[in-house]
Amino acid sequence: MGYQRYDLAPLTHSIDLFLYNHLPATWAFIAEMTIIGVVFLIFYAVIGLYLVLAERKVCAFMQNRIGPNRVGWFGVIQTIADLFKLLMKELITIRKADKFLFNLAPFIVIIASFLGLAAIPFAMGLHAIDFNIGIFYIMAVSSVGVVGVLLAGWSSNNKYSLIGAMRSGAQIVSYELSVGLSLLVIAIYSGSLQLSTIVESQADAWWIIKGHIPAIIAFIVFITAGTAETNRGPFDLAEAESELTAGFHTEYSGIKFAFFFLAEYMNMFLIASVAATVFWGGWMPLHIPGCEGFNNAMDFIPPICWYFGKTAIVILIMMWFKWTFPRLRIDQLLTLEWKYLLPINLVNIIVVALIVLMGWYIK
Amino acid sequence: MSNESLVLFFIVAVALVGLAVGFSMIIPPKSKNLVKSEPYECGIETKGTTWVQFNVGYYLFAIVYLVFDVETVFIFPWAVVMKTIGMRAFVEILIFFFILGLGLIYAWKKGALKWE
Repeated sequence: MGYQRYDLAPLTHSIDLFLYNHLPATWAFIAEMTIIGVVFLIFYAVIGLYLVLAERKVCAFMQNRIGPNRVGWFGVIQTIADLFKLLMKELITIRKADKFLFNLAPFIVIIASFLGLAAIPFAMGLHAIDFNIGIFYIMAVSSVGVVGVLLAGWSSNNKYSLIGAMRSGAQIVSYELSVGLSLLVIAIYSGSLQLSTIVESQADAWWIIKGHIPAIIAFIVFITAGTAETNRGPFDLAEAESELTAGFHTEYSGIKFAFFFLAEYMNMFLIASVAATVFWGGWMPLHIPGCEGFNNAMDFIPPICWYFGKTAIVILIMMWFKWTFPRLRIDQLLTLEWKYLLPINLVNIIVVALIVLMGWYIK
Repeated sequence: MSNESLVLFFIVAVALVGLAVGFSMIIPPKSKNLVKSEPYECGIETKGTTWVQFNVGYYLFAIVYLVFDVETVFIFPWAVVMKTIGMRAFVEILIFFFILGLGLIYAWKKGALKWE
């Protein structure tokens, strides 16, 4: 296939070989780990900061404002300036707080969102770890974040924080079911949980096209539940600023607050990349079965552009949600999950199983 | 990279938070103030303790969630082999979902999914 000309596996492999040929084995290992660690750290920080900027720009666009445009060209270094400002702020720990848990919470939230990045295939042959249980791993890791949120709310010794954290806990655990079950639809279609295999299986067409209506339903459910799981509007009851000040992170200041903010945006990125990878083919170019010329033309666009383009579109949809819909009440929120999304998902899985059984999809 | 290198990601994440928080504890100017270290709730002094008994509704959902999440874990391996096993797997998941559906309907009728 044409897209294989952009396979990055030889590149990463040759870097690996270079290090091991020129350094003793231990140092080569340390050097490699350092490179990977630093690259992912920079990637994490840059994506997080620019998503904040993107959110502010999108919000401004929706509300017919200009948005940040003073610091740098179109405000491109606004959020970096914000980061340094927050870094220079005093960390306030309130007197009655549970100090240990209060300090622990940002660690857990960041770890949960950072570990998730490890399994994402960014381009052909470009991924940190190719888990054979990729989907399951991402689900497991991203759900650890709720512990951090609960700890943050509880340890703050602030009633609003506690209410925010409890709401967030109920919301995240509920919607996690829908996230998992909607991803299962594609797992049934492709017969694998490994993200790279799922991407490879979409070489003829993306699952959202191949998978008929169940895949589209699963995508809609996934994007709804994913938005809820990242505590974003219209599901942002956990930090409903008009009623709970700032919810679970009211008492956090300076860089600790920034970490909660960063984790929220990185979770959104994670959800969007999983949606793009599983439903929209990840780095796989747009292929239409039978149109050889068109497919070959599409193959010239590098996979990494496809991946980031699709992820950006899904992120834009999620931002659009936030600035369009009013915030839900907690009973509406739980009703939506337990009485609508969950039964829809269960029926959807049965339908997909039937379709796969009968072979009614493009193989 | 092998699966063990996940430890690397863990270390990097801890280092990111640790270094930034450490920096923020040393460099920025500090001032002690009794009012500043009070919890912020609308600006009025807080009454009583926060750590009290809490609305039971949240726990009910947590329990129902626990049941369904374990069930999701069971469906994961089924989803992977569904294609290869075929008919038998389909019949089995029908039975599984029938029992599960009964559970959901039971919880629904009992009012466990109603917010009060």
